[in-house]
Amino acid sequence: MGLAYEFDWGVLWRNPYGMYLLQGIWVTIKLGLIGWAIALSLGVLIGTVRISPWRWLRLIGTAYVEIFRNIPFMVQLFFWYYAGPMLFGEALQYRINSIIGLNYYVAIIALGMYTASRVAEHTRAGFSAISRDHYYAALSTGLTHPQMYRHVIIPYALRIIIPPLTTEFLTIFKNSSIAMTIGVLETTFMSYKIDSETFHGLESTTGACLIYLALGLVVVRLMGILESRLKIPGMIGR
Amino acid sequence: MFDAVSSNLPFLMGGFWVTVKLAFFALAGGIPLGILVGLGRISRNKWVYYPVTFYVNVIRNIPLLLVIFWFYFVMPIIIGSPLDPFPSAVISFIIFEATYFGEILRAGYQSVSKGQIEAGYSTGLTYVQTTRYILIPIALRRMLPSMITQSIVTYQDTCLAFVIGLPEFVRRARIVDTLEVRSIQLFGFVAIVFFITCYIGSVISRRFEVREQEGG
Repeated sequence: MGLAYEFDWGVLWRNPYGMYLLQGIWVTIKLGLIGWAIALSLGVLIGTVRISPWRWLRLIGTAYVEIFRNIPFMVQLFFWYYAGPMLFGEALQYRINSIIGLNYYVAIIALGMYTASRVAEHTRAGFSAISRDHYYAALSTGLTHPQMYRHVIIPYALRIIIPPLTTEFLTIFKNSSIAMTIGVLETTFMSYKIDSETFHGLESTTGACLIYLALGLVVVRLMGILESRLKIPGMIGR
Repeated sequence: MFDAVSSNLPFLMGGFWVTVKLAFFALAGGIPLGILVGLGRISRNKWVYYPVTFYVNVIRNIPLLLVIFWFYFVMPIIIGSPLDPFPSAVISFIIFEATYFGEILRAGYQSVSKGQIEAGYSTGLTYVQTTRYILIPIALRRMLPSMITQSIVTYQDTCLAFVIGLPEFVRRARIVDTLEVRSIQLFGFVAIVFFITCYIGSVISRRFEVREQEGG
């Protein structure tokens, strides 16, 4: 009977398991933050490109978004990790495979590129929420196209899309758990590792769940502060 | 060029079939549960509203991977014997995706005008009948594009059952890859199959979106 299971919550803090979880949290935070930096810069760039007046650039932007959105993140991760080095040819392949912590770098880049496609869609939606008059006004003051985007449209659009970006920022921490499938030692991996050493997977995964919940609360709080600081005067408050 | 794929095609497509079955069960359970979750989220009864809201907020803030693991660990304790990866994965997907469908449908329910609900009551329908014949059908139709998009996400998510050893599409590609080391074509093939199926889904979703707008 299943009631024979004896809970042992000590696996969450007892030596060395508590240390495992702390190391995992640190890696999760690094994956999320660096991945987010890539996602935000690349995503805004691609979102901008998708509404640019140049057809070829728009086409590249659309292709990027469609490809990254329609393939599961885990498949992308496997492709970059296992097939990626092979794309560079025999000679370089072995050099790349011998990089220490390759899985970690691949996870960050893959996470950033995947999330960028989602950020790009939100950015585009933000642009279309800005009225045409702003574009005309910017151009009529003598700004060039790049200047208009840099000084008028992008700062405006970014503030409009802070709420959906908050969701994406939360999602990147959740998606970073998938990096465990290529052996990155983040929180989910560590909770699984504790299970394989103690057979107390229920306690360790419950602990990991609480860690993600706490992380989520911190992110929501920080983004809330950011949102109120950057509020555009005269817009309807939330 | 695709030699490793073509010589293992039956094995790989068997995995694709597992993926499709998993997605089917996840949706067949997740959407009905999502309909109820959405109703709970607009309920005025606090004994319904707060527990459902708690469930939704907790699950939506946890990675799906952890939910899969958690159920894989907790099910043997509940039923007293080890559970196969497939039913365990199905249960975790239903519990997880229902919260996402629930939030989509909540928005759908809230978009139904009060007048329509009151019209239902005034013709003598009970609460259950009004919900069953007016609220749910209108919300489902209105939210169809988002529901299709979330179904595509669910289908993509199924590959995460990889972690509990389910021999689905990606797991099988990985097995072939460890034997033959043809990563580019194997994972390229998996990526192309996912891309084509998901792209078709997104085109269908967009078509419904346009139709909805034209219908006013």
